[in-house]
Amino acid sequence: MKLAADLHLRRGTLRLDAGFVVAPGSTVALLGPNGAGKTTALRCLAGLLRLDAGSITLGERRLDGGPDGPFVPPEHRGIGLLFQDHLLFPHRTALQNVAYGVRGASRKRARAIAGAWLERVGIATPELRPAQLSGGQAQRVALARALASNPSALLLDEPLAAIDASARFELRRLLREHLRAFPGPRLLVLHDIADALALADRLVVLEQGQVVQAGSINDLVCRPRSRYVADLLGVNSFVGDCRDGHVRLGAASLTVATATTGEVLVTVHPRAVSLFRSRPEGSPRNVWLAPVLGLEHQLERVRVELGGALPVVAEVTRAAVDELRLADGGEVWVAIKATELVVTAR
Amino acid sequence: MTPAPRFPVLLWLPAALAAAFFLLPLVGLCQRAPWSSLATRLASPAIRDALWLSLQCSAAATTLSLLFGLPLAAWLAAGSSRLRTAVRVLVTLPMVLPPVVGGVAMLLAYGRNGLIGSAAEPWLGFALPFTTPGVVLAETYVAMPFFVLAVEGGLRGLDPRYAEAAATLGAGPGRVFRTVTVPMLLPTLRSGLLLAWARALGEFGATITFAGNLAGATRTMPLAVYTALETDPDAAITLSLLMVGIAAAVLFPLRRHWLPSR
Repeated sequence: MKLAADLHLRRGTLRLDAGFVVAPGSTVALLGPNGAGKTTALRCLAGLLRLDAGSITLGERRLDGGPDGPFVPPEHRGIGLLFQDHLLFPHRTALQNVAYGVRGASRKRARAIAGAWLERVGIATPELRPAQLSGGQAQRVALARALASNPSALLLDEPLAAIDASARFELRRLLREHLRAFPGPRLLVLHDIADALALADRLVVLEQGQVVQAGSINDLVCRPRSRYVADLLGVNSFVGDCRDGHVRLGAASLTVATATTGEVLVTVHPRAVSLFRSRPEGSPRNVWLAPVLGLEHQLERVRVELGGALPVVAEVTRAAVDELRLADGGEVWVAIKATELVVTAR
Repeated sequence: MTPAPRFPVLLWLPAALAAAFFLLPLVGLCQRAPWSSLATRLASPAIRDALWLSLQCSAAATTLSLLFGLPLAAWLAAGSSRLRTAVRVLVTLPMVLPPVVGGVAMLLAYGRNGLIGSAAEPWLGFALPFTTPGVVLAETYVAMPFFVLAVEGGLRGLDPRYAEAAATLGAGPGRVFRTVTVPMLLPTLRSGLLLAWARALGEFGATITFAGNLAGATRTMPLAVYTALETDPDAAITLSLLMVGIAAAVLFPLRRHWLPSR
C-alpha cells in the first residue's frame, strides 16, 4: 500500500507545498531545518490537520482531497503516529496504553496482544505508569502502542530527539528492527543525519515548506542541492557567480569543469579537499594557501577547518595529520580538482 | 528543594492583620456558643430538618452542575467564537450578580407566571417556586458557574495532543472524551465539584427569593440561621458552628485538591 501525498497548506507564516511518495516496505526520512513544515506534513498525513488543497492517498483510498474532497478522520485512517515525547496516557499503565489501540478484540484478548507487543519491544514491566518509565522505555511503549493498533502506514515524529545518548543507540536499533518488519510505508521526521543513515532508505529534504531534494543518501552526498543539505551531510558548499568555467566567491575564485552561467551552488566533499605542506605540482586547478583553524577528531578521520578567503573543511586520515604536522597550526596548501567541484544552477 | 525567598519584613503586619480578620469571627462564634446545651440543640427537629435539607439540596445541585456543566464546559473549551464568548458571559453572570437578583430573575423565568414556568407546571405536576426542587434550582443557578469555569480552565490547560494520540489509535471523539479527557481532568473535576458544592451549601439570596423560607421544605441552614437570629440567637450560633464544622470536615481531607499544592 503506497502512501502518496501532495500537501498544500498555509498555517501562520508556514506555506507548505510538498509532494512525496512512500512505497510500501520502504522508510523515508523527512529532514529539514526547524520550521520547515516537517511536523505539519506529518499531522496532515495523520488527519490531525486538513489540507487547503492537494490530496493524500493510502493505497487506493483517498484520505484527504482538499476542501471539496473527502476527508477521513484520524480514527478511521489506520495510520500510526509516534510522537517525539511519546504522549503515553499518564493515567494508564504501560499495558493499558498499548491495549488502548488494539481493535476488534475482547478486553482479555487486547491485553494479551498488548503484552506480546511490550515483550517484543523489550519492556518487562507492563504494570508501570508512564511517569515511572525512563524516556527510552516510554518511547518503546509508545512504539508498541502504535504498532499494536495494526496500522497500514507508520509515521514517526522525531522519535529519538527526546532520548538521552545512553538509550539512543539501543532505541535506534530497536526502531530499525521494527521498521524493517513493518510491511507498510514508513515515514520518519528526523533532524540528525546519523539517525537518517541508520533508519531510512530515502531522504526527502523540506525547506520552507517545499521539497528541495529527494533521493537516496548517495544522491544527496554526491549532488547536494542546497546549502542546508550540504551542511547536513558535512559537505562544503558555496554560493557564487559562474562564468566561463570560473565561479566568483567574494574575493576568491574557483575553476570548475562546467559551462553553466549565472548564480550557482558549488559543493565539494571534504574528502576531495587535499592538503600539502609544500605547493603541490601537477593537475589540480584550485590551489591556495590557508591557515589551519582547528581539528575535529572523528572515529577514523579528522576534519580540518581551514580559514582564509575561502573557508573549507578537509577530511584527512590521522596519519596525514601527523605527517603534515597539522596540530602545530600555521598554513597549509589546499588543493581541489576542478572535476571534484559539483556545480548546481540556482 | 530550593529555599523559599526571604519574606519582606514590611509585609508581616498586613499579613497578620488579614489572618486575624478571618480568625476573629470564628473565635467570636466559639466564645458565644451555648456549649452546655449544644448537644440538645443540635438534636432539635428544626436544626435536623435544616441540616438534612441543606445536604440533600446541595448534593443535588452539585450533581446537576456535573451533569449539565461538564458538557457545557467541554463545548466552551472546544474552540473560540463569538457565540462561545456570549455564553461564557451568560454563565459568569450569576457569579457577579447579587444572588437576590438571580432569584428575582429566576422567578420571572421559572415562576408560576414566568416565561416557561407556566408551561412547565402542568408537565412537572407542581410549581417550582417555594418547593424543595426550587431550592435545588436556585442553588444550581448560583453554584454551576463556578464548576463550569473551573472545568473549562482545566480543559484548556490539557495538552490537546493526548486526544490526538488517542484518535490516531482509532478512538472517535466520544471515546476520547470518556477515556482520555475526563480521566486527565479528574483533579480539576474534583476541585470544581467541591467549589460548586460549597457555594450551593451556603446559598442564601437566590434561595429565599425563589424558594421562600418554609420550614422543612425550603429552609436550608443559611436560611435557618437568618430566621433564628431574630428569635433565638443561641440557635443561630449553634447552626453557624455546625456549618463551620461541616465545611471543615469536607475541606480538610480534600485540601490537596482545593488549595494550591506546596
